Amino acid sequence: MNGALDVVLRLIAVFVVFLAFPLLVGQAEHKVMAHMQGRLGPMHAGGFHGWAQLVADGVKFAQKEDIVPADADRGVFRLAPAVALLPYLLVLIAIPVGPGEGAVGQAIDAGLFYVLAVMGVGVLGSLMAGWASANKFSLLGGLRTAAQLLAYELPMLLAAASVAMAAGTVSLIGVLDAFHWWWVPWQIVGGAVFFVAGLAELQRPPFDMPVADSEIIFGAYTEYTGLRFALFLLAEYAGIVVLSGLTAVLFLGGWHGPFGSDGLGWLWTLLKTAVLAFVVIWLRVSYPRLREDQLQKLAWTVLIPLALAQIALTGVVKVVIS
Amino acid sequence: MSPIPGSGLAKGLAVTLRTMTRKTVTEQYPEALPELPPRSRGVIGLFEENCTVCMLCARECPDWCIYIDSHKETVPPVAPGGRERSRNVLDRFAIDFALCMYCGICVDVCPFDALFWSPEFEYAETDIRELTHERDKLREWMWTVPEPPALDPAAEEPKEVAAARKAADRHAAERRAAEDARPGEADEAGEDGS
Repeated sequence: MNGALDVVLRLIAVFVVFLAFPLLVGQAEHKVMAHMQGRLGPMHAGGFHGWAQLVADGVKFAQKEDIVPADADRGVFRLAPAVALLPYLLVLIAIPVGPGEGAVGQAIDAGLFYVLAVMGVGVLGSLMAGWASANKFSLLGGLRTAAQLLAYELPMLLAAASVAMAAGTVSLIGVLDAFHWWWVPWQIVGGAVFFVAGLAELQRPPFDMPVADSEIIFGAYTEYTGLRFALFLLAEYAGIVVLSGLTAVLFLGGWHGPFGSDGLGWLWTLLKTAVLAFVVIWLRVSYPRLREDQLQKLAWTVLIPLALAQIALTGVVKVVIS
Repeated sequence: MSPIPGSGLAKGLAVTLRTMTRKTVTEQYPEALPELPPRSRGVIGLFEENCTVCMLCARECPDWCIYIDSHKETVPPVAPGGRERSRNVLDRFAIDFALCMYCGICVDVCPFDALFWSPEFEYAETDIRELTHERDKLREWMWTVPEPPALDPAAEEPKEVAAARKAADRHAAERRAAEDARPGEADEAGEDGS
């Protein structure tokens, strides 16, 4: 009984985080982006600096008609938003926030394998949406998504493999247990590759070629309306939370910090995640979209060699210190 | 190509970060009224005491949005035995702001300084016909016309001031010359100056 209650409580906690954090990131994006452009952003919804803007957006989306195009593959079309969103919830379960058993949804031995495999599934949602919409723009967007997934999954995996090599384990908690502060400069290149590749998988600007609105309307999401469209948007922001959390855990030491990491380690994790989420928004504001060929070129000629170099460096250092 | 690869990317990030720390330029309009400069083209005010019904504004208006009605009145002669003078009296002066395109030609052509730009802009109506504003409303807007901005420090002086000063100087010189020569003939110069 106690075990079941424990599981339920953990799941509820993860679910609440899953619902709340993407909204926080979304609101932060509204405000940060506005101020980076010399604007104020939402100011009216909710009264104080537009804090309820996303709630209002959600209400609006819920009121809209749910349209399925006549020629669409109905089942796949309706399923796609769930496929896009749910993997991030499943990944969130495995991300450790603080030291010990109490601060992770479910400790998984092969955590690194698990999170990377499940995160890859999320992109499948966009593919399904693109294919099932019976719209050539959607299909183009879906194909671009597929090309991007192929190009960026590899450097992401290689960068993560470097950390696994350094720690000698694929458990996320094991990686953090083995962490020392000098891992940050040691793995910095891998961290950058992981983060950039993750951004590309989330199709965040400057890697938003699959949803390039000036060329293919909104890519795979063109035909979506109402709540299903909102779920895709939520998936993007949940993806930011997951990517920032994973980068913080793998490359920035998670709950380790200069001080107070015994009791308040989870605060360090949250702080690092928040800073990385800010960087995600910052990059969106600062850089224009990459062209499709530039996108592929970056992955194959820059990120993969860098990731391989990082693995080599990790191997050499590992052999030298052992 | 920059000397350090990636320095352009860093510069881009620096620009956005710097902008974030600065004050925003957004005007919180319904809560705070914007501070508009004098001569902002908000609405046209009528200073009807200056209007002589010369009709120049109505004729120059490209979209014919100025309506003027007037009648003639005679005023008794200034001196006994003189001719009666007639003058125009303004009956109606209206501007249809549904037609007005805010070109400001009427303000420019008015030779008697009877039309002015006011920054007032909150006069939306729910019916297009209510956008034709009559002279009383236009007169009210005249109160919202701000003082024109001061001249730049080294600017030329305004034409009317320059003309007045020139005339005054000439008069002073003439009077002095007349006084020097024959003190009795100073009246003629004084008449012009009055």
